[in-house]
Amino acid sequence: MPKLKLPAPPLPDALRPPPPKPGEAPKGGPLEAAREAGITAVDWVDERTSLSGGVRWLLFRKVPKGTNWFYTLGSATMFAFLNQAITGVFLAMYYDPSPTRAYESARYITNEAFLGQFVRGMHKWGSTVMVVLVFLHMARTFFWGAYKYPRELNWIIGVVLLILTMAMSFTGYLLPFDQRSYWASIVGVNINGTGPLLGPYLSDFLLAGPEFGATTLSRFYAIHMLLIPGAIAALIGAHLYLVTKLGTTAPPWLKAEAPDELRRETA
Amino acid sequence: MADGRRKTPKSKYTADRNIPGAYAGETVTRRRFMTGTAHAAGAIATSAIVLPALGFAVGPLFKKKQVRWEAVGPEADFNEASYVPKVFTDTPGIGEAGKSTVYVRRHNLAIDGPMKDQYDQYVAISTRCTHVGCPVRYAEAAQRFICPCHSSVFDFVGKRLSGPAVRPLDRFYTRVVNGVVEVGPRYSVNSELHRFSPRYPGEPLDGIGQYLYPSRPSMRKL
Repeated sequence: MPKLKLPAPPLPDALRPPPPKPGEAPKGGPLEAAREAGITAVDWVDERTSLSGGVRWLLFRKVPKGTNWFYTLGSATMFAFLNQAITGVFLAMYYDPSPTRAYESARYITNEAFLGQFVRGMHKWGSTVMVVLVFLHMARTFFWGAYKYPRELNWIIGVVLLILTMAMSFTGYLLPFDQRSYWASIVGVNINGTGPLLGPYLSDFLLAGPEFGATTLSRFYAIHMLLIPGAIAALIGAHLYLVTKLGTTAPPWLKAEAPDELRRETA
Repeated sequence: MADGRRKTPKSKYTADRNIPGAYAGETVTRRRFMTGTAHAAGAIATSAIVLPALGFAVGPLFKKKQVRWEAVGPEADFNEASYVPKVFTDTPGIGEAGKSTVYVRRHNLAIDGPMKDQYDQYVAISTRCTHVGCPVRYAEAAQRFICPCHSSVFDFVGKRLSGPAVRPLDRFYTRVVNGVVEVGPRYSVNSELHRFSPRYPGEPLDGIGQYLYPSRPSMRKL
């Protein structure tokens, strides 16, 4: 099958295959065959989707001089979210969001399910890690001035993501359904209620009625595992698209360098 | 010339406006009509999905909580001078989470004044603090209700003495059936102990508060 030649952005040197040494025959053998098979499979998909251009656009982009470890805080936040998503899906296999069974199922996960304590711990501590990373990422953006034109929309999306992360922490806190989570949620809902005019109705919405009732827990559960994660995933996609589209900013301590010819002219 | 053109009113017929393919007597082009139809169909289809889902989610806001009465003990259990704590089921069907403590005493004419109605023979004070809803405890020696969370203090009839709470402690309607005291629905009171439909904690009822935090259709006073 003839290979389709797509115009592609240049690969970094490290990923480019080395040219064959002069006088050396092209390599054969099973390793080479496996490599060829992989390339053929990727080509098959790429011929039908043209994805490689987009992937290179996303991954192999130019970054400004002075890029450092602080620029990894956004990715770190995203991986914290992925950790929450994956461990959350598996916790959902054991968890039962009914007021009479929730505590018992959480206890079962912690004490009896194989690796249950570990996975629940990953989810519990991961949530704290995610909130901390969100704030560090936001502080980096703020102190670098990276929220300025043309990145204001990305800042706004980030603020929405921060609020959604907080809503995740709030709804997730109730799910173990022990004394601490019950009373913390009661207090949280009542604080919501102190918003004038709409507050009482917001609390009614959260509790699915005028008081903590039979469907409050399942409502929190549905918001926690279906509504907000979908919104967060979609907004992370938009956030990343804008980062790729607009590029990152150089750290503020780097002064803009004038091109050489301009510098000679002023001197 | 430009002024003259502006003064001529545009014809409502597409044929007069020189739109290609126009029919005589037609006021909307077919393309525009079809675009509008597609948009309308899309809007109807979207609403057909979104509106029921939204109504389903906000439905509980408009469903009235059922009035239920629960016996907390015979009349002999209670007196005028002090409160007796009783655990009762506020919300059935959710196990321990639906239970709540209520402090009950007999109506005391010297303290409470004349009875308001037949639901006032016993005073049942809710333990839900009116700050953010922590459970308050009655301290017998001090004759005060004290909240463990943020140190709100309420006096013997539940009026706020100090702390961040915004109104007196909520109460429950009580009645006596065959010599047994029953606790009914909750109501809130302002600082003069006038009855209001139940409000969430943190919502003041004096002055403008009763309008800023309106009564909810899901829970009214009797």
